[in-house]
Amino acid sequence: MANTIMSKAERREERFGYLFISPWIIGFIAFAAFPIVASLLISFMKWDIYQAPSWVGWDNFNHLFHDKLFYKSMRVTLVYSAFAIPLGLIFGLALSLLLNMNIRGINTYRTLFYLPSVISGVAIAMVWKWIFNSDYGLLNYMLSLIGIHGPKWLEDPNWILTTYIIMSLWGIGGSAIIFLGGLQNIPGHLYEAAKIDGAKVMQRFSKITLPLLTPTLFFQLLMGIIGSFQVFTSAFIMNGRGGSASGGGPENEGLFYMLYLYQKAFKSFDMGYASAMAWVGGLISFVLAIIVYKSQGRWVFYDADDNNGKGRTA
Amino acid sequence: MTFRIRKFAGLTVSHLVLAALSLACIIPFLWMISTSLKTKAAMWEFPPKWIPKNPLWHNYHDAFTLAPFGTYITNTLTLEILTIAGQVISCTLIAYGFSRFRFRGRDTLFFLMLATMLIPEQVTMIPTFLFYSKLEWIDTYLPLVVPAFFGNAFYVFLMRQFLLTIPKDLDEAAKIDGANEFQILWKVLVPILRPSLTIIVVYTFTGVYNDFLSPLIYLNSPEKFTLAIGLANFVSSRSTEWNLLMAASTVILLPLLVIYYMAQKNLIGGIASLGIKG
Repeated sequence: MANTIMSKAERREERFGYLFISPWIIGFIAFAAFPIVASLLISFMKWDIYQAPSWVGWDNFNHLFHDKLFYKSMRVTLVYSAFAIPLGLIFGLALSLLLNMNIRGINTYRTLFYLPSVISGVAIAMVWKWIFNSDYGLLNYMLSLIGIHGPKWLEDPNWILTTYIIMSLWGIGGSAIIFLGGLQNIPGHLYEAAKIDGAKVMQRFSKITLPLLTPTLFFQLLMGIIGSFQVFTSAFIMNGRGGSASGGGPENEGLFYMLYLYQKAFKSFDMGYASAMAWVGGLISFVLAIIVYKSQGRWVFYDADDNNGKGRTA
Repeated sequence: MTFRIRKFAGLTVSHLVLAALSLACIIPFLWMISTSLKTKAAMWEFPPKWIPKNPLWHNYHDAFTLAPFGTYITNTLTLEILTIAGQVISCTLIAYGFSRFRFRGRDTLFFLMLATMLIPEQVTMIPTFLFYSKLEWIDTYLPLVVPAFFGNAFYVFLMRQFLLTIPKDLDEAAKIDGANEFQILWKVLVPILRPSLTIIVVYTFTGVYNDFLSPLIYLNSPEKFTLAIGLANFVSSRSTEWNLLMAASTVILLPLLVIYYMAQKNLIGGIASLGIKG
């Protein structure tokens, strides 16, 4: 198409094509390309928004690598992700197997399990804070029924991160529904053939279900890693202001990366420092995503007779 | 015979497990409603009662007179309408462009659009904020609304996939009848696109409704607050009055629950179809 002379109709089609996607092109320049370049430049500046910015070279990064709270927030975020992502995938997969059964009321179950994925934000964070209340909360009451004296979930520095990980499991229904889509895409004749060959339930799971779900698993793992640096609202609400000046909860054990970045950018107005933080965090999640992406040849199974779509996991 | 018994036992166990897990999903909501009806004394009772002896409906009235939630609701709805309009219009146009027209660089641009989904929000957040403050858009709704008119990669992707399944014969037939590109989109495709438009509307609605960080950064005047910011503000002023806080949370979560209930089929179907592309 590139080197042949285009007909009038083809030129018209091309003009309309560009016209219709033009909002995205403008948006891409204004909200993606420009901010990325600007963010990199700002990370080498001192800029408190009241005074003109000045170039400081590697200063922000130097300070960052000597900042105890930076390491703390990095550790909190990585430990949280290291538990919340795999646990979410394992339980989500298990739940999706249940949801794939052909039993009465299954649609009601699916609706109920997906519900937590739609509800996020301040209101539900408040509800959780009250549930985890160590003296009068629902969770410790339920534990007391089976004779367990519950910990001080949100006030104890040794427990607060566990609290957030437990809370994240409430949302596994969202991941289960995505797995369900993958499950329903597995051709039934594979199971029939395996049954005839005498394969047991566990064999059918490990030889058919699991391999054919690896693309879905891969997709969710990648999304989980990219989202891992974004935890904000629940921590902002649940840490409480009392814990520490930075809002990071007891001994800053609930200081998620995004929370610290927010404090630096919009409380101290240290735009250069916050931009440096954004880049370091972004690079770490990018490197992790690349590792997962490169590893897919070893464990992600792409069905040979269905190349369209599956091979292109952007 | 034994096979039947085993099958029956298996079904019962599955139902029990599913029922127990569903209960875990809705218990936070039941606990929220229960607390919202309690007196202060009943709230600090241990062991707590699920159904308060004298439900205190007045908590709802109190919560709404202690903070201007009416204003917050109006503000949130204004933002919702503008943002939804922006997303629906822009994503439909962009997806139409990507799926129905051939032009140079189309596939590269489409790939670039998908790649933007991988950009971490924290990287673009600060320059965007500085950009808006130069435009003097801080403490207005513009930073929250304007970007919606330039599309969203995920929604465009969803809609393009859907458009690709619609046969082009329909467009051709309309073209022969003398319809131009805009008329084809509006009269032929938009009516068929309703399921994916519903997904975009519901997602945008819940996204704006739950969003906390952007209004927190951009809005300063209390009279401009959204429900999310208003509630967070209410929390810090009444940090131990859990009955009032839960009453406010209940009312705020109600619209989300209703919308979710109405759109569940579309939403769950749409999400499940993503797995196929995984």
